[in-house]
Amino acid sequence: MSAVFEQIFQVGFLAAIVRIATPLAFATLGEMFSERAGVLNLGIEGIMLLSAMAGFTAASLSGSLWLGVLVAVLVGALMGALHALFTVALGLSQHVCGIGVTLFSSGLAYFLYRLIFGQQSVPPSIDGFKPVPIPLLSDIPILGPAVFNQFTLVYMAIIAVPLAAFVLYRTPWGLSVRMVGENPRAADSAGVSVMATRFQAVILGGALMGLAGAFLTMAQFNAFTFGVVSGRGWVAIALVVFGRWDPWRSAGAALLFAFVDALQLRMQASGLGHIPYEAFLMLPFIFTIVAMAFMSRNAVAPSALLKPFRREER
Amino acid sequence: MSAPLIEMRGITKSFGAVKANEAVDLSVTPGEILGLLGENGAGKTTLMNVLFGAYAPDAGEILVEGRPVAIHNSADALAAGIGMVHQHFHLAPRLTVLENLLIGIPGKSGRIDRARGLARLTEISRQYGLSLDPNLPVSALSVGEQQRLEIIKALFRGAKLLILDEPTAVLAPSEVDGLFAALRSMAAQGLGIIFISHKLNEVRALTHRCVVLRHGKVAGRVDHPAETTSAEMARLMCGHEIVPPVKEASTPGAAVLTLDGISTAGHAGTPLRDVSLSVRAGEILGIAGVSGNGQRALADVISGMLPPGAGAMTIAGKTVKQFSPRELQALGLGRIPEDRMTTGLVTNLPLADSMVLPRIGTEAFSRKGLLNPAAIRAFAEAQIKAYDIRCPGPMVRAGALSGGNLQKALLARELAFDPKVLIVSQPTRGLDIGAARFIHEKFLAMRARGCGIIVIGEDLEELLMLSDRIAVMYEGRIAGTLPSADATVARLGLMMTGAGQTEEAA
Repeated sequence: MSAVFEQIFQVGFLAAIVRIATPLAFATLGEMFSERAGVLNLGIEGIMLLSAMAGFTAASLSGSLWLGVLVAVLVGALMGALHALFTVALGLSQHVCGIGVTLFSSGLAYFLYRLIFGQQSVPPSIDGFKPVPIPLLSDIPILGPAVFNQFTLVYMAIIAVPLAAFVLYRTPWGLSVRMVGENPRAADSAGVSVMATRFQAVILGGALMGLAGAFLTMAQFNAFTFGVVSGRGWVAIALVVFGRWDPWRSAGAALLFAFVDALQLRMQASGLGHIPYEAFLMLPFIFTIVAMAFMSRNAVAPSALLKPFRREER
Repeated sequence: MSAPLIEMRGITKSFGAVKANEAVDLSVTPGEILGLLGENGAGKTTLMNVLFGAYAPDAGEILVEGRPVAIHNSADALAAGIGMVHQHFHLAPRLTVLENLLIGIPGKSGRIDRARGLARLTEISRQYGLSLDPNLPVSALSVGEQQRLEIIKALFRGAKLLILDEPTAVLAPSEVDGLFAALRSMAAQGLGIIFISHKLNEVRALTHRCVVLRHGKVAGRVDHPAETTSAEMARLMCGHEIVPPVKEASTPGAAVLTLDGISTAGHAGTPLRDVSLSVRAGEILGIAGVSGNGQRALADVISGMLPPGAGAMTIAGKTVKQFSPRELQALGLGRIPEDRMTTGLVTNLPLADSMVLPRIGTEAFSRKGLLNPAAIRAFAEAQIKAYDIRCPGPMVRAGALSGGNLQKALLARELAFDPKVLIVSQPTRGLDIGAARFIHEKFLAMRARGCGIIVIGEDLEELLMLSDRIAVMYEGRIAGTLPSADATVARLGLMMTGAGQTEEAA
C-alpha cells in the first residue's frame, strides 16, 4: 500500500493527472454550458474527434500549432451550431440528433483523414506543444513542476474553470443561459430570446469540445488515430451530472476521474503482470459508474433539459 | 376621466376556423382596475396574449398613451410598459428571487448588477407593500409568494399596466385579501390593472369597471360592478340565466365510510393525527380548512395511496386491509383527485384510455388478458354523450381538453360504476360557472341515489351549498364538525385558524 502512496506523491504522477484532466475539463465545461441552456449534446464524442482531426491536419499542413487550435475550435463551434440547428431551431429530439452528430462527425473525420493522409503504416505525427514553465511558480516543490510546468492549453483549462463560473453566475448572459435551461417561457416573457441564448450556449460548448480535441492531437499524442478520443466525450457527459452542472464541481469531477485514470496507468506499468491490462483500463469507468450512482442521487438536472421550446404552444 | 393608458381597438384573432377574439375594444386609464370577465374559452387569455405580444392579432390596433404601437413579442410589451402575471408562473424554481428579477436586465460592465437590483426591489417593496427575501430560491416560496414575485417582476421592469390572468385561482382565501390590498395600492398610485377572472364576487369586490367577453366578443360592459348583481353579470357571461341547483332534503342512511383514529407518517405535507369521521349514505360531508392542514393526506388515505400508520377504515361495513387503490375501488370507492392533469389522467394518451384506466383490467374492458378496444371506445363515447364532454372524439389526446371537460370526464369515469362512496378534492377549481354548476348537480344527484360523498375544498361557499355537514381540518386533526345549517363562513373561518374548536362526535 505504501508503494502506492509513494507513487501518488511523485511529480510525474501529479503531472499526469493534470494532463489527463485537461481535455476532460474542456469537454465537461462545454457540455455543461450546453446542458445548462437545456440542450443535451450527445454529439460531443464526434465533435471532439472531428476537431482533433481538423486541428491536427491544419497544424500539420501549416506548421502552426495555434492555427491548428483555432481550426479545432472553429470546427467544434460549427458542429455545435449544427446540433443547435436541429435541436433548438427545429426542435428535434436531442438524443437522436446528438447521436447523429457523433456518427456523422466521426465518419467525416475518418474519411477526411484518409483523403488527406492516405493509408500509412506509421501514422504521421507533428511536433506538438512543449511545456512552458511559469517563472517562480514552477519552482514550488512537487506542485510547481507538476502544475506550472505544463502546456499552455493546460493553463487555459485552469483559467477556464473560474471563467466559466464567472460567466455562468455573474453575467447577464449566464443568467439567461440558466433561465432558458430552467424555464424558457420565463426567459421569453422577460424579453430574452430563448433561441439565440441556446444557440450561443451550444456553440460555445462546441468550441470548448473543440479545444479538448485539439489538446489530444496537438499536446497529448501529437498524432491523430481513430481511437484518439476513445470515450472521453461520453465520460464528460457523466462528469457533468457528477459535477451537478456546476463549473467548479465539474472540474473537480474531471480531476477525480483523471486521478483514477492515472492510477490505473501506473498499475498497468507496475508489474501486476498476471492481471490482463484491460482490467485496469476498466477502472476509471467503473469508478465513474459507482461515483455517479452515489453522487447523482441528489443531482437535479436543469428543468428544461431535453425540452424544445416553441412559443405558441401551451 | 383621464386619457387611457392602454387602448385596444377592434382586436380580432382566429385560430383556424375558431374566432377567439372578434372586434374587441377595451381601454384602461391610470389608476383603474378593469375586470375582464368571461367563461373558460371566452377569449380572455387570447386577448391578453395579443396585448402582451404572444400572438399577433389578425386585425385591430393597440394604443399606448394615445400612440399606436406594434407589439410583436414580450420584449416589445415590456418596453411599452405592459407587464403580465400569467396563470402558470414564468419562474425558474432553482434560481433565486433576485436572479428571477434580473433576467433580461442588462448588467453593468458585463456583470449582473446585483446592488442596483436589490435597491430597486427594496424600493418596490416599500412602495406597494410587497416584500420577499431576495436570496431564497423560488422553489422555497409558497404559491402566493411566487405570485407576488411575478407582480414585482413586472413592476421591476417599469410596467404601467399590469395584467393578471386569473390570479386568485391558485390562492387560498386568506391570500386573496393580501393580493387585493396590494392591487388597490398599486391602482391608487396610478398604475392600470387588468384583472381576469370568472369569479363574480371577486370582480365585484375589486374592479372599477368590467368588460364581459362571450364567444370572443364583448357581451357587455359594466360601469359599476359593485352595484351590479351577480345574477346580472352571470347572465352576460353565459348568455342565459343561471339557476342555482336545488338541494333536496334527504334522510341519510347507514354509514358507508368510517375512519377511526387514523394517523399517518412519512407523507409529504402535514400528517393526519387521530382522525375519526364517518359519512352516511346519501350524505355530503364537506372538509374545510386552510390548504396544507392534512387534506392531502386524508384524500390519499381514503383513496388508498397512503396506508395509515394507525387506525382503521371501513367502506360499506367492510374493513379495509391493504389500502391499495384497487382494493378500495373493489369495495365501492370512487375518487376524483385534486390534480386532474397528473394524478387524474394521462394527458398524452387518448381520452378513452384515461377514462377506463382505473378499471382497465376488469372484465368490462378486457378479455383473457387482452384489451377490448371496442368496449373501451364504446364506454368513452357513451360517457362523452351523457356528460356533454366537448371534444373531437374519444381518441383525442386527453391533455387537449379544457379543465371543465376534463373534470366532467373524470366524474363520468367514476360515476359510471355507481360508487358507494365518492371522494373529491377541489372539484370546481379553475372551472367556470356553467361547468361548476354541472358538477354540483351531479353530486346532488349522486347524493339522492344514496352515495356518500366527501368534498375537500377551500371554497367555503361551495362547501356550504353542497354539504350536509362540514368538518374543519386544522394541523392534521379534525378541529370540529358542524351541520351546515349551523355553519357560516365566519364560523368556519374561525375554526380553520384553530380557534373556537367544537368537539362533537363525527
